[in-house]
Amino acid sequence: MTVATSAPPLAAASASRGGRVTAHDVAVSFGRPDGGRLAALDGVDLEIGPGEVVALIGPNGSGKSTLLRVVAGLLRPDRGTVELDGRPITEPDPGIGLVFQEPRLLPWRSVASNVGYPLELAGWPAGRRAARVGELIGLVGLEGAAELRPRELSGGMRQRAAIARALALEPSVLLLDEPFSALDALTRERFNVELLDLWARTGTTILVVTHSIPEAVFLADRVTVLSPRPGRVVADIDVDLLRPRSLETLDEATVSVTAREIRRHLGRGGDE
Amino acid sequence: MNARSAVPVVLALVVFVAAWKIVTIVSGFPPYILPPPEQVATRFVQAWADGIITPHAVATVREVVAGFAVGAGLAVAVGYVLARSRLAERVLSPYLVAAQATPILALAPLLALWFPDGLTGKIVICALIVFFPVAVATMVGIRSVDTGLLELGRSLRATPRQIFLTLEIPAALPSILGGMRVGVTLAVIGAIVGEWAGAERGLGVLVNLARGSLFDIPLMFATLLTIALLGVALYVLVVLVERRLVGAR
Repeated sequence: MTVATSAPPLAAASASRGGRVTAHDVAVSFGRPDGGRLAALDGVDLEIGPGEVVALIGPNGSGKSTLLRVVAGLLRPDRGTVELDGRPITEPDPGIGLVFQEPRLLPWRSVASNVGYPLELAGWPAGRRAARVGELIGLVGLEGAAELRPRELSGGMRQRAAIARALALEPSVLLLDEPFSALDALTRERFNVELLDLWARTGTTILVVTHSIPEAVFLADRVTVLSPRPGRVVADIDVDLLRPRSLETLDEATVSVTAREIRRHLGRGGDE
Repeated sequence: MNARSAVPVVLALVVFVAAWKIVTIVSGFPPYILPPPEQVATRFVQAWADGIITPHAVATVREVVAGFAVGAGLAVAVGYVLARSRLAERVLSPYLVAAQATPILALAPLLALWFPDGLTGKIVICALIVFFPVAVATMVGIRSVDTGLLELGRSLRATPRQIFLTLEIPAALPSILGGMRVGVTLAVIGAIVGEWAGAERGLGVLVNLARGSLFDIPLMFATLLTIALLGVALYVLVVLVERRLVGAR
């Protein structure tokens, strides 16, 4: 995503259309082979304002991904509710875009066809679809790769395609589950800058799950820390950094102060 | 296949024919036991030119194509159900395995009795023999579809029909076509066996005629050659379809 100078029209039109996500008292447990239940989340409250970027951080097994799945409507909680703009989320919603840890591209389709897949499922006519796919490909900087197959792309390009796909239906909320964890450290930093650029241009609300404290601080307005299993919110830490942020932002003193605070809350359960 | 990759194939063919020729010379078998390759080749060309083989070949091809279409079509449907329903697998699989374990040779006379009209009986036999490998391949293929992709489909609110058409079938296609490769060669066997159990026309009938009333062993070999070539041609056809559909992944 070499920061494009001219924002695509549709993306510009959709600016500041972020959704409000509220989760109240969410509890999730899974059945164990021995017949017992394993509590993954217990009484999680979450409030994400329109256009806000929130990072969800916690040790392994704290239920970060589980919480993301509940918000995405893929998983029904045992207890509690999730709402998008006051509307209860009980199944996947067109207003929510989801980026998985792996790109999950259909290997038999071209990049363009993968990006347009949600539009195809939603019944968009081919002409309108092609126009929108063109914009999305430009938005994530995949011009020239549109007709390639996923296996011909680098890991980073695949994840760009996955992000473009998640943005296809112009969601008001974008959920990302450790989206860049498979990339090397340098590429990862660059992608975080590009993600913020995308955010600035689309105005979606973002909830991003991460393992990395610097990443959480760099991306988010607010970092929500989950406890070890069963996951509960142990802290909500505001990140007092100006936007737009660049890689130099990471050198500011605020970053290390905020990171230290997050680390303190992650406590002994934290593994980073 | 380009010119260079064709070299070993042609070489293998030459070796095979040469070995055949040497065996006929060294063993001293009379031509009515093992005719030499050039005699079979001559008879093959002659019999096709005279139109002796053509009607029989047409009959067999018709049976194979129809039987394969019916058998493979049903197998994909049943294989899908088996993959997605544990109950269906538990209830149906014993019958499928039993049907597969029963030699088709033993069933052919019965089917000839039930379907005396010629074509139908052969189609049923071909379909039966094609069914099992394609059904198993479909079941395995559908079961191995990446659950991550299915979850993606669900997150995009895909209908069950859309999941089937845009995720499950394309993902399972290489496996299904692998089953069809096996199935299409078996279909040829099914047709020949069906013809032996009772038919007026077909390559299986011609083999019997050449061996029996005509006592033309070179013609019998020419017919066997035709059957083998038919099997190879159908197999290559499935491979070409496969290249076309899944080659670019």
